[in-house]
Order: sequence, then C-alpha cells, then structure tokens
Amino acid sequence: MGLLNIFSKPSPAVQRLPRGSLTVDRHGQVVATTISSTCPTAVVQAIGTEVLRLFHQAREAQMPLAELNLHFASLQITAREMRGGAVIFLKPKDPFNLMPQT
Amino acid sequence: MTQATKQTRAKILLVDDDPDVLEIYRDLLAALPSKPEVLTATSGSRALTLLKAETFRLLICDLVMPKMDGLQVLAIVRRRFPELRTVVLTGVQDEEFRSRAYALGIDMFWLKPETQRNMDMFLQCIESLLGQDGQGGFRGVQSKGLMDIIQMESLSQSSTILRITRGALVGRLWFQAGELIDAEIEGIRGEPAFRQILAWKSGSFENLPPEPNRERTITKPLNALLLETAQAIDETAAPGINHSPESETEMVHRRTVWRLASLTREGADFIVVVPQGGKAEGWGTENTEELAKWASAASKVCHQMAHSVEAGPLLHLEARALDHRLVLLPKKKQTYLVGWPTDADPARLPERSKKLVASWDS
Repeated sequence: MGLLNIFSKPSPAVQRLPRGSLTVDRHGQVVATTISSTCPTAVVQAIGTEVLRLFHQAREAQMPLAELNLHFASLQITAREMRGGAVIFLKPKDPFNLMPQT
Repeated sequence: MTQATKQTRAKILLVDDDPDVLEIYRDLLAALPSKPEVLTATSGSRALTLLKAETFRLLICDLVMPKMDGLQVLAIVRRRFPELRTVVLTGVQDEEFRSRAYALGIDMFWLKPETQRNMDMFLQCIESLLGQDGQGGFRGVQSKGLMDIIQMESLSQSSTILRITRGALVGRLWFQAGELIDAEIEGIRGEPAFRQILAWKSGSFENLPPEPNRERTITKPLNALLLETAQAIDETAAPGINHSPESETEMVHRRTVWRLASLTREGADFIVVVPQGGKAEGWGTENTEELAKWASAASKVCHQMAHSVEAGPLLHLEARALDHRLVLLPKKKQTYLVGWPTDADPARLPERSKKLVASWDS
C-alpha cells in the first residue's frame, strides 16, 4: 500500500518554531541536538553559528560573555559559553504570555 | 465612476492558495460599504510582486500555503512595507501560529468564518481597518495630540485621572470638574511634571476614576499653562534660533549632568547609545567604541537570526559578562546598551533598562 504514497502530493504546512537544545563546538559545528528533525538542518546550523559569532564578537570587544539571552517576539534563545563552543536552548514563547512589543 | 472616487478607493490584496476561497472573499470584500478594490494572489511570491508594483491599504493572508507560508510572507511584508495593515485569515486553529503572527505585527488574526454572524463580524472589522489612517498621535485618538486630549477633558468639565503612558514612562494628570489640579511623573509633581508630559508626541492614555481628595499643586489656569508649555516646546524645536556659544555649552553640560544623574538614580553602571550611521555616545564607560561596535554587530546578528527562524523582531538581549550584566535594546533609530552591576536582580533588568532608555529620549 505504501507504493501509492509515492504519488501523493505532500500537503503544505506552516513551519513551527524550533524547540529544544543544541550544542555547537568551537568551530560552529552542531555536535548534538534535541530539536525536531522537521526543523531544517540549515536553520539549526545558522542559529549555532550566529550565537557563536555573538560570543566571539564580545570577546573581541574585551567583554567575554558567559551567557546570552535573546528575547525575540515569539522565541527565547538562551546560550551558555562552553570552552569556545556553546550550549543553546530554544523555547517558543507561551502564546498566552507574550511580552509586549516595544 | 469618477477619477476622484477611484483614487480614494482602498486596495486590498487577498492571498490564498485556494482559488475558490479567493473568489468568494473577493466578492464579499468588494461589496463592503467603502467599495475597496480587491486584488488576489495565489502564492506568497506573487503577492510580494504585486505589493512592490502597487500601493495597498490592507493585506489579507492565509497561513498554510505551499513554498512560502503565510508567516514567511508576513515577515517579509513587515520589513518591506511597514505601513501596510495586515490580517491573517486561516483555517488553522493553533495558538502558536496566532501568537507568532501577532508577534510579527499583524493587525488581526481571523479563523475562516464558519457562520454568517462570524462572517459579518469579519467584514465589519475589515471595513473598520480600512477606515483607519496611518497618522501618529495617541492610541485611541489617533489624529489628536496630547494638548487636544487635555483640552477635551477640560471642556467636558470632567473629574478624572488621565494616565498617559509612553514606553516605560507613566505620567498622571488629575482633573477636578475640568480643572487641572495636579500632575505627576517619576516622582516629579506639579507644573514641571505637566511640562514634561506635554512634550510627549505619542503614547497611549486611559481615564481612571477621580480622586476628589487629591492635594492641589497646580493653581494656574489650564489655558495659560498650555500656552506657556507650547511656547517652550516651540522655542526648543524651532530651527534657526541662534544660541550663543556659552548657552550651547551650558546646555550640553546640563544635559550631561542630567544624564549621569539619571544613570546613578536608576543604579546602572553605563549606557552606550549607537545611532544608525552616526557616532556612538557613552556615559559611565571609557570603552564606548568597543561596546558600540559589539552592540551594533549584535543587533545585525540578531536581525539575521530573527529573519532565518521567523521568530519576530528582537525585543531585547540580556548577557552576563565577568563584571557586568548587559541589556541591549534595539529601537527604530538607535540601539542602547545598558550595563548593570553583577549583583542587580536579572529579572528586573529589562524593565529597568526600558525605563532608563525611555527617560533618556524624553
């Protein structure tokens, strides 16, 4: 019966926000992640790279950071520096407890 | 139809991958009392092309569409066409999508109406949205300034407290039978507080129940006070007024002292203000240039990240360094980086930073 599925057209869907954690090494490579595989790898990789860039740029500004919290309108990203790499937590915001936009 | 009518007709762009839905809603919307012109697009990319080519008042967008979903379309629209009003019309009942859509700055989120009553309400809301213009002013009374609102309170002889909010700043004006008897903002009372509040050009206000026993601190007639304050505001804003070098130096000195005092009062260690394309300024730090460079780079990185994840705009960033806690607040024209002592309560820092930044701009 699975054969018939070959011809079925995938139905469109809205991409959900990533939820879970990921660990990146000092080179920005994702070494472990609990984020659902429905989230594109490129997006997960981009998050890891950009967060590392923030830590790196802070070091260059003579202000090494131990922790970062990014509050987007619908997603919170928490990152802890870990020997040049980072462990990053992604948490979509509670729909009933959104922070007001400034 | 005359040329004038054509020009005043609002344009609506309707985006849905289902041609039947487009047809039904196009007919319904075109029959609204304001007789808007309704154009349709079956994909996000087609919609973006149309938006680029023509000026629309309103975009109504479905969420579930192939290739580019509704949230992607809205994220792009918000950046490229910030003045455009946006409405989501979808069959997906999911609170996460609803909150993300609102986070992207939409005006309304509607589930596709299933009853005639819901449909009527939807159409009424759309008609109401089309009727609103994009002028600034105070929320609730868009085309009026604060002076008009105060005069209205006075003319109506009302007894009330007018609570005015601008960002994290809150001001209050006490009216007793149409007379202004007191004003308060950030611990300042009386006429100085009134002048400070009246300088605000936008914000929101609400009426609170009156306080008949409120101590009177303002005795001057309201009209005289309004006139004096308006003159003072005009003189400050008027271009081409020649200040003597001494008075300019004095003003700069006064501003610096005032800003350092407000830093100390709030308990912050430093603040760095990074205008777009301008020179950064710092108070309380000798490392302004480096901090400004990081703040600017961090804003760009976060902007990029918000775009790739579709998480909505960055509200603020908090960071823990060795000797400071940092809060970065991106605003329209500039970015603020506020440094706090490491023992400051991290849960209260975003709010305290917003308050400091709001008073900085006043």
